[in-house]
Amino acid sequence: MSPAQAEIQLIAVLTAVACALPGTFLVLRRMAMLSDAISHAILLGIVAGFFLTGDLASPLLVVGAALTGLVTVAGVELLQRTRLVREDAATGLVFPVLFSVGVILVSRYAGSVHLDTDSVLLGELAFAPFDRFVVAGRDLGPRGLWLIGAILAVDLLVIGLLWKELALSTFDPALTAALGFSPVALTYVLMGLVSVTAVGAFDVVGSILVVALMVAPPAAAWLLTDRLPRMLGLAAGFGAASAVAGYWTAHLLDVSIAGAMASMAGLVFAGASMVAPERGVLAVVRRRARQQREFAETLLAMHLQTHEGRPEAAEECSLETLHRHLRWTRERTLATAARMRRRGLVEEGGGLLRLTDDGRRRAAEALQR
Amino acid sequence: MILDYTVRTVALGAAVLGAVSGALGTFAVLRRQSLLGDAMSHAALPGIALAFLVTRQKDPWVLVAGAAVACWLAALAVMAVVRQGRVKYDGALALVLSVFFGFGLVLLTAIQRLPDATQAGLDKFLFGQAAALLARDVTVMGLLGGTAIAILLAGWTRFQVLSFDPDFAHSLGLRVRGLDVLLTSLLVVAIVIGLQTVGVVLMSALVVAPAAAARQWSDRLGPTVALAALFGAVAGASGALLSSVTERLPTGPTIVLSASVIVALSLAFGPARGLVWDRIRAARNRATVQADLVLRALHALARGHEDPHHPHAEAVLALSLERKGVRRALEALEERGQVTRAGPRAWALTEDGLAAADRAEAPR
Repeated sequence: MSPAQAEIQLIAVLTAVACALPGTFLVLRRMAMLSDAISHAILLGIVAGFFLTGDLASPLLVVGAALTGLVTVAGVELLQRTRLVREDAATGLVFPVLFSVGVILVSRYAGSVHLDTDSVLLGELAFAPFDRFVVAGRDLGPRGLWLIGAILAVDLLVIGLLWKELALSTFDPALTAALGFSPVALTYVLMGLVSVTAVGAFDVVGSILVVALMVAPPAAAWLLTDRLPRMLGLAAGFGAASAVAGYWTAHLLDVSIAGAMASMAGLVFAGASMVAPERGVLAVVRRRARQQREFAETLLAMHLQTHEGRPEAAEECSLETLHRHLRWTRERTLATAARMRRRGLVEEGGGLLRLTDDGRRRAAEALQR
Repeated sequence: MILDYTVRTVALGAAVLGAVSGALGTFAVLRRQSLLGDAMSHAALPGIALAFLVTRQKDPWVLVAGAAVACWLAALAVMAVVRQGRVKYDGALALVLSVFFGFGLVLLTAIQRLPDATQAGLDKFLFGQAAALLARDVTVMGLLGGTAIAILLAGWTRFQVLSFDPDFAHSLGLRVRGLDVLLTSLLVVAIVIGLQTVGVVLMSALVVAPAAAARQWSDRLGPTVALAALFGAVAGASGALLSSVTERLPTGPTIVLSASVIVALSLAFGPARGLVWDRIRAARNRATVQADLVLRALHALARGHEDPHHPHAEAVLALSLERKGVRRALEALEERGQVTRAGPRAWALTEDGLAAADRAEAPR
C-alpha cells in the first residue's frame, strides 16, 4: 500500500464517518430525502463559490455552498407553506432547478472551474493526494484530508454539544417544544450540518453518492439496534467499512471508487437486513420454521390425547398409520414424533405412541387457549 | 432551420416524452409519489449499463428494457425495505436511489475501460443529449409512450378512483394492488423513454414539474392531465431545441429549467390560487379595511362639531388613527364620492360619506 493509497483511504473513511453522523438523525427523522435535495443543490453553491473565491477547498466556499443547502430546505418549506403543492412535490421541484443551473454552469465554464460533469457525479477522490496542503514550505498532507477532518470535527462538536436536544427533538418534537427548545431551530442546525458535510463529501464521492453515505450506513445500523449512541457508532463503523471495501474493490476492478463505496454501503445494508434480530430475513425464516414445528407437535399431542385409552388407539396412534390420520407425509410424522420423544413429550411402546405427563400438559394447554 | 431534419426529430422526441411524463406524472404527484419517480429514474442507470454489458449493443429497445427492469427492481426494493418495518419510506427511497446509482456508476466506469469503442455515448444517459436522438429512438419513444397513454385512457375511471380514494376503490371490488402495480409500471415507461433525452439524474423533475404546474390551473383530473401533457411537451421541445442549437448546454438541465419556468408562472398566475392574485386580493382587502377606518375616524371627528361636513386636516386623521397610508385611503374614498377636498390637506364627509359611515357603525 503506497502512501497515496493510504491517504485516499483515510479521506474516504473520514468522509464516510462524517456523513454517517448527521445521516443517522436524518434517517430517524424521516428526512432522508432532504439529503438528496441538499446534495444536489449545493452544486450550485460550490460553482458560485468557486467563481467568487477561485479555490475549491476554501473554507469560505464550504460555508457559502452549505448556505445553498439551507436555502433549499427553506425553499421547500416556503413552497409547501403556500399550500399550492405538497411536501414531496415541493422537494421534487426545488432541487432540480438549483442542480440544473449548477450543471449548466459547470459544462459552460468547464475550463475555468476545476470541475466537469464527471467529477460532479463521481468526485475526485483518486486525485486527492496530489493537492497538498503546504504551509511555509512544509507538506502537511493532502488538502482534502484537512478539509474533511475539519468537517468531521464540526459534526462531532455540534452533535456532542447539542446531544440531548438533538436526540429529544428527533424522538419527541412536541416535548422538545414544551420544554422550551425550538424544534425548528434544531432542524436547521441539523440541516446546516448536513449541508456542510455534503459540501465536504462532494469532492470525495460526488453529489448523488453523498446520499448513499448519509443514508445506507445509518439505515443498516437502525436494523441492528434500538439505542441512539450505538446506532451512531454502528453507522460510523459501517460507513468506514464500506469506504475501505469500496476502495479496494474499485482498485481491483479499475472502476469508480465512489460508485464502489456506494455499492458496498448497499451490500452492508443488505447484510444487515439479512441478519437483523427479529425483523431480519434469517430471523423471520427461523421463527416461521420454529412455529411450524411447535404447531405440528401440539397437533400430534392433541391427536394422541383424543384417542388415548380408546379401542381405536391401536390404529390411530401407531407410528405406521399415524401419518394417514393426520394427513401428513410419513417423513414429517416420524420426524415430529422423534423430536417429541427427545423432549420427553411422548414415549414409544409396541409400535404405539403414548403421551407422557409433559405431553398431556402440552395438549391441555393448547386446548385451554 | 425549423425544417432541419435533426432539429425536427429532436423537438418531436422531447415533446413526446414531455407529454407522456406530464400525463403520468400527474398521477404520481396526486398519489404523493413524486420522489418515487426520482428514485426510479436514478435506479435506471445500472439497468442501462448491464443491458449494454450483456448484449454489447446500443439498440434503444435493449437499453430501454434494461432500464425498465432496473426501475422495477428499485420499486420492489423500496417496498421490501419499508415492509421490513424499521427504515421508513423516505429512507428506503434515498437508500435505493443512491445505491442503485452508485452501482450504475461502477458499471459505467467498467464499460469505459472496455477495449471496443462502441461503448462511447452511454454517458449521455446521465444528463441527456437531445442532439443524439435518432429517428428510430423517437419511434421507440412514441410507441412506448402511446401505449402507456392508451392504457391510461382505457383504465381512466379506475385510476381516478385509485388516486383519490384507494379505500373506496377497494370497497368497489377493484383490484387495488393490481391497479397500483399497473400505474407504477406506466410511470416506469414514462421515466424510461425520457432517459436518453433528459438523463437519469434529472428525469424525475419532468415527472413532477408539469403536473405541479397543471394542478394550478384546474381542479379537475381530466384537464389537469391534458394540461400537464401540454406543459411537458412545451418544456421538452423548447429545452431540447435550445440545447441542441447551443454548444455546451446539456439537454436535461435545460429542459428542467424550461419546465421550472412554467411552474413558476403557474404558481404566480394560476387562476384560483395564484400567488399574484393572492397578493392583489390581500392588498385590496387591506385597502378596504383602511378606507373604512378612515371614514369612521372622520365621522368621529365630525361628530364633535355642529356641522357634520366640517373639514378636518389630514394630519389630525393620521394622528388619531396612528396609521400610515391615510392619504391613499382618502383618495380612494374621494373616488367613491364619500369625502371631498375642503382645502389643502383637509377633507370633509359628503352626504354619501355620512350615510356610509352611519351604515358602517350601525349595530348589526
